[in-house]
Amino acid sequence: MPRRLLRDGEIVVDDWRTLDEAEADGQSPLMLTLDQWLTDRERWIARGGRLGVILAPQHKVEVLAADLARFSLVAAAFPGPSEGRGYTQARLLRERWLFSGELRATGAISRDQIFFLARCGFNSFELPDAEIENAAAAFATFSAAYQPSNDAGLAAPLLHR
Amino acid sequence: MRSYTGVISSPLARQLKYAAMYRYDVIDKALVNERVAQFRDQTRRFLAGTLGEDEFRHLRLRNGLYIQRHAPMLRVAIPYGLLSSRQLRTLADIARRYDRGYGHFTTRQNIQYNWPALETVPDILAELAAVEMHAIQTSGNCIRNTTSDHLAGVTPDELEDPRPYCEIIRQWSSFHPEFTYLPRKFKIAVTGSPKDRAASLIHDVGVHLVRGPGGEPGFEILAGGGLGRTPVIGHVVRDFLPREHLLSYLEAVLRIYNREGRRDNLTKARIKILLKSVGLEEFKKRVEAEWELIKDAGLRITEAQVAHMQSFFNPPAYRSLQDSDPAAGRDTAFRAWYRYNTAEHKVSGYRVVYVSLKSPDVAPGDATDAQMELIADLADRYSFGEVRVTHTQNLLFADVEQERAFELWQALEDAKLATPNIGTLTDMICCPGLDFCSLANAGSIDVAKLINERFDDYDYVYDLGELDLKMSGCMNACGHHHVGNIGILGVDKGGAEWYQITIGGAAGADASLGTVIGPSVAKADVPETLARLLDVYVERRLPEERFLDTVRRLGVQPFKERVYAAPAAA
Repeated sequence: MPRRLLRDGEIVVDDWRTLDEAEADGQSPLMLTLDQWLTDRERWIARGGRLGVILAPQHKVEVLAADLARFSLVAAAFPGPSEGRGYTQARLLRERWLFSGELRATGAISRDQIFFLARCGFNSFELPDAEIENAAAAFATFSAAYQPSNDAGLAAPLLHR
Repeated sequence: MRSYTGVISSPLARQLKYAAMYRYDVIDKALVNERVAQFRDQTRRFLAGTLGEDEFRHLRLRNGLYIQRHAPMLRVAIPYGLLSSRQLRTLADIARRYDRGYGHFTTRQNIQYNWPALETVPDILAELAAVEMHAIQTSGNCIRNTTSDHLAGVTPDELEDPRPYCEIIRQWSSFHPEFTYLPRKFKIAVTGSPKDRAASLIHDVGVHLVRGPGGEPGFEILAGGGLGRTPVIGHVVRDFLPREHLLSYLEAVLRIYNREGRRDNLTKARIKILLKSVGLEEFKKRVEAEWELIKDAGLRITEAQVAHMQSFFNPPAYRSLQDSDPAAGRDTAFRAWYRYNTAEHKVSGYRVVYVSLKSPDVAPGDATDAQMELIADLADRYSFGEVRVTHTQNLLFADVEQERAFELWQALEDAKLATPNIGTLTDMICCPGLDFCSLANAGSIDVAKLINERFDDYDYVYDLGELDLKMSGCMNACGHHHVGNIGILGVDKGGAEWYQITIGGAAGADASLGTVIGPSVAKADVPETLARLLDVYVERRLPEERFLDTVRRLGVQPFKERVYAAPAAA
């Protein structure tokens, strides 16, 4: 069954494949784990096509800095409901390293987190299929924010009101 | 949503209208209302079975909702301990209509309800939102309610009123998108006085208002303090932070903590453990490096913003009065109360008045709905409609005319709110303990009762002078036992409740951790053990020497010898 996700507010079928999912000679965009990327970096560069990388919570985004332009997608994994490092990974990627590709949250996330995830810069969300239909409403959970972050859609932070 | 229908009782209060405190604007109001809607939806999904137990747990905790021994416990935020009479009436109303007619004030200046039904919590939050209150981030692994000095703005020993900065921090930390899933809870305390009545040294971050070399306003920042299983006194991480950088620096500290704090073991996840493992110098270096990269971005605080925030905390309309001695010629009971339960005010003719929630027959920190309503009325009549919560689990009126103290005392006395014991042995800090809390190993409320029964002679208690007794029912240390002059920690020993005693702790500017005197004692022996400790003090103190200083001078040994000399006669 194709994986669906919420990307830029729309429910779409995922066009990306992990290495396990990809056909040997397939040309679909490929998401690699950081290990896979680092181990065979030259091979993936030679392959061509769109590349993405999946960060585990303990990974520092700085390891991607030199290669960031090669990636169309960076995913941050949330292995459990209390995981919070991905929020910092996202802000640093967007604000410090100016990553403008797809920033995806994967793992134990639900509609109850996506307001905060989006504020940190994520624009795509792998959500449980049962709740993906209604999840987009969560982007409007709050109409304002007290802090500057990655807030395309929100009113100016309160400090500047 | 039910609108406020309380009656402001005095004509004076009607003129005054509001306590000097932060007032919500349309955006603040929208945010708390949106939070209510969000939590209502989450609760509905949980009750309908579409939101799992574990997922809901993470969400409800960020709204102050625990599942406790008997029922859910709801912790409501009282930002830096400040309440208007109107808000206090709502708290009373909630206690009466949704709980069992009382609330429990905590060491973090909040209030807890022990018996609300889960399905009514969204309605309670709506009642709170109507009076500019909430339960946002009062539990869970996020930035908690910012606490401060309960004498802020009225004490003569203060450099500057810390509350505007508390409110700035409250706003910055509310719904912070990056720091909502931290490794562990994170507590910030702010003080504008060198006396540090906010226990800032035992907070994850302590913010001290100071002046820079040229007299410019700013902060000394401490980090890594905390109690719990591994008590640590906080370390200075920055001697002077210019005022405009407060939030960017806090953001840098939190970011380092969120990235690098341990998440594999809950008992090693606080920032104090990170600081210890990387070392103070390395920690400072990492924070400074991060801060350099963000300090000139969007978090800079302008002078105009500070002035705007300060405008909410302007002094009330004090009358021009002379200092007097209202105790002169009055009876002994009033004189004792005036001496112990009032404190100096920076404006002549005024006095700070404590409302003791430490009546001997009541759990420390508890107040009934009727008491809360009375206190709200008295606040309108005597103190500009404002009430404060202290971290020692009492309430106070900040601005009482000295000449009216006697009539205020009479009203408090009638409601059992004038126990003249502030700062003494029986002004105990005490967590809810085994009676309510699912974490506790042992009871604490019943021990408080035993102690009150044993030490019911005020002359003796007064003779002991300044003494703080702090008690926790487990090593999570909600009762701050490590920093009590005398600390009592409940432990479980083969299913029985035992108590470990420490002495020599302190929570103020000279904070220190207490030393364990020896093996734990049975519940019935706690009062006798205290009596023996106090006997040693009374025998060996120097003139005017406090208990704490005697312990620091003599060390634990003489106390220990006395306690364990012979079996305690229970």
